[in-house]
Amino acid sequence: MGSGSSVNVNYKYSLQKSENAFKAAVLIQRWYRRYVARLEMRRRCTWRIFQSIEYACEQDQIKLHNFFSYLMDNFTPSSSKERDFISRMFISGESFKEAELEKYCDYESLEVPDSYTGPHLSFPLLPDHATALLEAFKQKQQLHARYVLNLLHETRKHLKQLPNISHVSTCYSEEVTVCGDLHGQLDDLFLIFYKNGLPSPSKSYVFNGDFVDRGKQSLEILIILFTFLLIYPKEVHLNRGNHEDHMVNLRYGFTKEVMQKYKLHGKKILKMIQNVFCWLPLATLIDQKVLVIHGGVSNTTDLDMLEKIQRNKFISVLRAKKRKELNRNVEIKEINGESQAEPDSAGNETMSSLPSQPRPAQAPSMANRVEFSRWVRQTVQEQIEWCRKLVDISDSEEEELTCSSLVSLTDLDGPCWTRQEEWKQILDILWSDPMPQEGCRENTVRGGGCYFGPDVTGKILEKYNLQFLIRSHECKQDGYEFCHNRKVLTIFSASNYYEIGSNRGAYVKLGPDLVPHFVQYQANKTAHTLTMTQRISRVEESAFRALREKLFAHTSALISAFKVYDKDNTGRITLSNWATAVESVLRLGLPWRMLRPQLVRSTADGMLEYKSWLDDLAMEQRSQEHIQSSLLEVIYRNRSNLETIFRIIDRDHSGLISFEEFHQTWKLFSSHMNIELTDDGINDLVRSIDFNKDGNIDFNEFLEAFRLVKQSQ
Amino acid sequence: MAEEGSNEDGVVAEIEKKITEAFKVFDHEGNETVDVREIGSIVRSLGCFPTEAELHELLAKVEEEEPTGYVHLEKFLPVMTKVLLDRSYRPIPEDVLLHAFEALDENKSGYITKEELVKHMTEEGEPFTEEEMEEMLSSALDPETNAVHYRNYISLMVVDETDDLPQ
Repeated sequence: MGSGSSVNVNYKYSLQKSENAFKAAVLIQRWYRRYVARLEMRRRCTWRIFQSIEYACEQDQIKLHNFFSYLMDNFTPSSSKERDFISRMFISGESFKEAELEKYCDYESLEVPDSYTGPHLSFPLLPDHATALLEAFKQKQQLHARYVLNLLHETRKHLKQLPNISHVSTCYSEEVTVCGDLHGQLDDLFLIFYKNGLPSPSKSYVFNGDFVDRGKQSLEILIILFTFLLIYPKEVHLNRGNHEDHMVNLRYGFTKEVMQKYKLHGKKILKMIQNVFCWLPLATLIDQKVLVIHGGVSNTTDLDMLEKIQRNKFISVLRAKKRKELNRNVEIKEINGESQAEPDSAGNETMSSLPSQPRPAQAPSMANRVEFSRWVRQTVQEQIEWCRKLVDISDSEEEELTCSSLVSLTDLDGPCWTRQEEWKQILDILWSDPMPQEGCRENTVRGGGCYFGPDVTGKILEKYNLQFLIRSHECKQDGYEFCHNRKVLTIFSASNYYEIGSNRGAYVKLGPDLVPHFVQYQANKTAHTLTMTQRISRVEESAFRALREKLFAHTSALISAFKVYDKDNTGRITLSNWATAVESVLRLGLPWRMLRPQLVRSTADGMLEYKSWLDDLAMEQRSQEHIQSSLLEVIYRNRSNLETIFRIIDRDHSGLISFEEFHQTWKLFSSHMNIELTDDGINDLVRSIDFNKDGNIDFNEFLEAFRLVKQSQ
Repeated sequence: MAEEGSNEDGVVAEIEKKITEAFKVFDHEGNETVDVREIGSIVRSLGCFPTEAELHELLAKVEEEEPTGYVHLEKFLPVMTKVLLDRSYRPIPEDVLLHAFEALDENKSGYITKEELVKHMTEEGEPFTEEEMEEMLSSALDPETNAVHYRNYISLMVVDETDDLPQ
């Protein structure tokens, strides 16, 4: 400053300046911290949205399952055609005897053409094969169906010799790496191998289930995992997850992926995989101290039982169901081994080398509804039994578990558990989630398994002398999370699971000291270059889009709920009532008042014109005018269910179903969903699709026509 | 459920619902408690701009007598309701924020160098932690000039502060 200024003035000036600077700093910091806090709130709300929608989806799966049970219990097939139809829905997978399986899924006759540029496999596999595969998949090549089937056969042979619970020891290899859900995200697997190294005699891996579904490269992941499994059988261990289940795959994308990639042989591949899945071990024990399972435990989890049951009998864990009261008698008889020669109600013997189709007994009068209902149920069950027996000419090793096959083990040497008890053991291991409260209760959100508290964990650890549990099954922001006082570790390896930037993936390494070391990552390069703000905004956008879709799907219910607060029919409600009404309809447990600014754009003095708000939502979903809007809503709400049902009907996975079948499906579906649909309504629906004159409907086209197939799929 | 009673009751009820919602977002165990370290985020996301010192004052009112590390909704609700009704910790208007940055910009050049900003933020006022500093820099710093052009930065970051509490 001026050379002539006195020291005093300089001093005062600089004092003032530093005071100002100090105040300015406080202001900026105050503002910045508030900004970050808001971001944090937004991030958590977004997470909640995704989770609540995801679990509501899993609930749908169970609702679908209940739908089939509902059909079993209540539907009155008016014609033999309809009876066949329902039976077919239940026999969605014929059980194959091993020899038949080998014959059907034969690969030796498959020629690999000279034009094929992908990797070649020969057995026994060598490390070079693995690296060739990894390289090929990085180049987006596809493995020839012959090699896929060959690999699956060998995998199955190997898995069959394994016990239900694998044992790993840290004295043979220095460290064990445990990975969680991968869900078809091949990039994450590549990243794990890059950071941690490939499996080898000095590098053990445990992959804790859910290798498939949702992501687009589930098959590649399976191929890679199975290859390493065969090359390093002592070092690579796989646990079954709840998605290693063909019923779940029908819905969550794996079935579709395989059929798209292998148009000619997809069906065979799926059949083999279905079989391989049921041979996957159920759990892994590390040093006898750390139990690794996919879902969790329950207060009835019994490792001794788990070790002894025949795990391959549970082809789909989802399908076994408790018998209803009225059938208890039949069940008891079967358990006592009396069913073998018991004549059915039609007077036919059920056990014969080639059963003839049972003819239904005289139907009782319609007046007695209970009687009639029971007759229907029995008739349908007989049909199912008959279908089942047609495929199992004699006693099959691999019985498919259906509602009518709950017989006990006839193995007299071992303990006599009911199939029901065994099934529950597996269901709990694969589907359960930990909860902070003590106790053990039904997992109603997912519809399978249970919620287990820290006391349940404690008892299991004590009973089997374990140190802690490792499980997966739930997506975690940071890729991993402890709970139950660090006795339960959740490890999740699919990064960006909901959306780019939504979460990190992680894997955990254990040495002989069994102290966990974590490595976190995020597979998408973009995610790294985005600032926190950008990442959160992106994920948020995605979450709100999904949420708006859900709101639209419940338009009618929402209007009714709003009207309750708008008795004078002004078309407006307060924002507060909006929040209450929305929660009462959607039941997602979300903080609606926090989310409101993102969902409701325009308000006039704190009031919302709900009809125009809903109209805006509808426009966003590009609805089609000539279809009744309530119908469209129903379709949206049940889109996944619809698709799953269609896929089950389309047993040969050809992508085509006949018009007849479509009509019947629709009728069944709408009767269960309680919507009135006239035949005209159905015809309208059909008219808006292009369908081949030969009476077949390509249902992909159908779904596409209603914009039901999401852009990404 | 029709809202009866005076408008004031309605306002208070609505505020309480809002506070409860925000609280529950951080309530991981579903037992109406949150970690004491999250109180800052909750208070701020409800529209308040407290300084760290003011936050500590508030914490003293809502913490248990013997600090457990947790805060109960029971205690938090009445205190926070009063804060919102009294409109304490009001937001910082954009122009005041601009003046603050300008005060740190000695040459009035329109930007602050990385070193200057780090010095001010980590040594003065209620200093940033390393993490906070890094995060701010990641979005504020122009990598080409290695400086923060604060006018741009402010306009990017200023959030829509419409007060949607009932009048």
